Amino acid sequence: MTTGTELLRIDGVTKAYPGVVANDNVSFAIQTGEVHALLGENGAGKSTLVKMIYGLVKPDSGTMRLHGQPYAPSQPSAARTAGVAMVFQHFSLFEALNVAENVALGMENPPPMRELAARIKSVSEEYGLPLDPARMVGDLSAGERQRVEIVRCLLQDPKLLIMDEPTSVLTPQEVDILFKTLRQLAAEGTAILYISHKLEEIRALCDEATILRRGKVVGTCTPRDVSAKEMAELMVGAVLTPPARAASRDWGDATPALEVTGLSAPSPIPFGTSLKDISFSVDRGEVLGIAGVAGNGQDELLLALSGELRGAAGMVKHKGAPIGDTGPNARRAMGFVAAPEDRLGHAAAPDMSLVENALLSGTIRKGLTRKGFINWGATKAWAAEIVAQYDVRTPGTWVAARALSGGNLQKFLMGRELSQAPEVVIINQPTWGVDAAAAAFIRQEILNRASDGAAVVVISQDLDDLLVVSDRFAALNEGRLTPPRPTKGLTVEEIGLMMGGAHGMEVAHNG
Amino acid sequence: MFTLEKRPSPSQFWIWATPVLAVALTMLAGGGLFALLGKNPVDAIRTIFWDPLFGEFAFYLRGQLLVKAGPLILIAVGLSLGFRAGIWNIGAEGQYIMGAIFGAGVGLAMFPTESRWIFPVMIVAGAFGGWLWAMIPAILKTRFNTNEILVSLMLVYVAQTILSKAATGFLRNPEGMGFPGSRNFSSFPAARNTDLIAGSGMHWGVVAAFITVIAAYVLLQRHILGFQIKLAGQAPRAARFAGVAPTRLVVMCLGISGALAGLAGMFEVTGPAGQVTIDFASGYGFTAIIVAFLGRLNPLGILLAGLVMALTYVGGEMASTNLGLPSAAIQAFQGMLLFFLLAVDLLSNYRIRFLKGRAV
Repeated sequence: MTTGTELLRIDGVTKAYPGVVANDNVSFAIQTGEVHALLGENGAGKSTLVKMIYGLVKPDSGTMRLHGQPYAPSQPSAARTAGVAMVFQHFSLFEALNVAENVALGMENPPPMRELAARIKSVSEEYGLPLDPARMVGDLSAGERQRVEIVRCLLQDPKLLIMDEPTSVLTPQEVDILFKTLRQLAAEGTAILYISHKLEEIRALCDEATILRRGKVVGTCTPRDVSAKEMAELMVGAVLTPPARAASRDWGDATPALEVTGLSAPSPIPFGTSLKDISFSVDRGEVLGIAGVAGNGQDELLLALSGELRGAAGMVKHKGAPIGDTGPNARRAMGFVAAPEDRLGHAAAPDMSLVENALLSGTIRKGLTRKGFINWGATKAWAAEIVAQYDVRTPGTWVAARALSGGNLQKFLMGRELSQAPEVVIINQPTWGVDAAAAAFIRQEILNRASDGAAVVVISQDLDDLLVVSDRFAALNEGRLTPPRPTKGLTVEEIGLMMGGAHGMEVAHNG
Repeated sequence: MFTLEKRPSPSQFWIWATPVLAVALTMLAGGGLFALLGKNPVDAIRTIFWDPLFGEFAFYLRGQLLVKAGPLILIAVGLSLGFRAGIWNIGAEGQYIMGAIFGAGVGLAMFPTESRWIFPVMIVAGAFGGWLWAMIPAILKTRFNTNEILVSLMLVYVAQTILSKAATGFLRNPEGMGFPGSRNFSSFPAARNTDLIAGSGMHWGVVAAFITVIAAYVLLQRHILGFQIKLAGQAPRAARFAGVAPTRLVVMCLGISGALAGLAGMFEVTGPAGQVTIDFASGYGFTAIIVAFLGRLNPLGILLAGLVMALTYVGGEMASTNLGLPSAAIQAFQGMLLFFLLAVDLLSNYRIRFLKGRAV
């Protein structure tokens, strides 16, 4: 925390895209050895800003200075030469290559493999991120893959390390390890620009925060001195109310609305995780939260519950009736709705309009066809209703899904599923990529469906989601589900252990 | 220099402008080709594109236009459904041949009975023949995951062998003094596909093509099945999420395109061709692939594209007889059309942005 001299100063930077000003006269500065948070809703302009610092995007106007010298990287390699490194939210690693080979691919002049492996080992141990250079990336967990990306950056001895939403794929224990590393780096004088929407993390880690809203800097603060709620409200520009939970009531059903018994299925996804002997049940009005680090069977579980992945009839029961062998539309007719994690390509067709995408899953429950003929009028009206109700920012319902920002599309898709008067709701990553206000709204809608009597399964990597909405909590680990436990009274450590499962986490020994 | 920038949504203007641009570019490049062959390019292009419509013999050639366009449109509309769903039936030529053999075979079996039921039965038989031939790649794909492109294409050559066997063997005219070829349908009124208005070129196949265009348009715009076809082609995983069964879609799309190709063959053999001969297959099944893409896989577009393509056929024939252009040059000309179309197609999803300043 030895804040020293000014490392990077951004002065009046503006970047406009057709129809939107992503950054409007943005200014801020980072000192050496400082962990600086960049906070903002979706579409606030955080990504554009860091892309400019990393040389991926050129500003329309404004200046950047690094070490007091004019800094205008024309491409990422120029930024790296100047000592700026970035860890992206989505990793760019080759699964079929080992760690050292992957690191070498990202370097301009890689040293001989043996030397590189030795350096990877020493750097990774120095910073408490144990990594075996000879292991295949395909065998690594998401947390370990992130280590590869971080170590790749550290080998360049960066002066400024940019991290984009680094904790979204980590268990709480892994987050602790990462933070330790980042603090160590900062203590050595490396500045860190930390992008996140998880306010508690920012409060725990960051020295300074710059808050962006709609492309403009709306405030700066010292995260330790303000509450998460205050930061959220600065970010959103509105007062936030936590979701309200209706008093639980007894629906008087003898059989659970959704019962899964001994569900095992090979993954239909290449490099996927097979489901192994999963059992749970959800009553009407109840929310079951399923946590887990990405790639532990979440996608497969959603497919099995939505009907895209079929198995023996008895593995999935709806009100006692075996339905494990029925397809998605048969289940929709019974009252199921499902929201897969992957929005573009799975939950929505990227090149189709919002109206067509509304039809995609709403045909049956909203009665949008008659003898197979589509009632476009009703479909349009319903799509417009979703847009209005879920505050989807779009020029109109005729816009292609891919033209919407991630958060806006997420809002539309959540609206599409939650406004079908469902009896069983299955959602994977309900608030993925949406801002704090929208996340609060979506969580409230999920709770509302539960109080309407729906049985809800929420699969999420965001513990905030699960702790707010779920009555009971379970975790997926390598395709196995822990027995569900009441959410009330669970500690973060217990949750971390459930998510880590039996094999646990490799804890850093070096400090 | 310039760079390509992805458009947020496909440009409606360029979706329709690209086929026109492709035709224009084909005229330019084709003109160049004809010039290299020592012909006057302006004459050649005029002979191909202008004379059939407004030239001296237009009264006859306009009818020929419909005769050529009918089967092309009929086949292309069927193919376009599959192409939209990502199901590549390349073997329409084979299904066209089998439709002709089945249709003609059923008709000839009833020779010389005169009944007004004969022709409808032949229509059904023709569609069945094409459907049956398309079911082979469909079943192999859904059961054994074979590639429908290869299987349907290979079956074209099998169908051609069966055709020559039919013309010289089991369908040969018993009164034909041993010459290959079946009995001519002009001598079998009940089974003949005549012009509805004499000399107009408007036979039942052309009527069927128009009906198919309308039906396909309604299917794609208003019916959930058409939506599922589009969805499966654009986003296969989203289609499964929407409950579309991939195998059903494969069987259906191949079935429809096969049946329509079979119909086209049946109408052709009983009408313009007149009899089953060894060289009956004239490549409509392959050219229809170009027509389908030229028409943007849209039924109305295909209607126009079929007419344009027919123009190059009729005009091309004129050009080869009047100007002595080799027929291979005409085929190259038609190939260019698809080539240019695929190239300029880029413009509907990308815009060209010229970079100012630094020349890189």
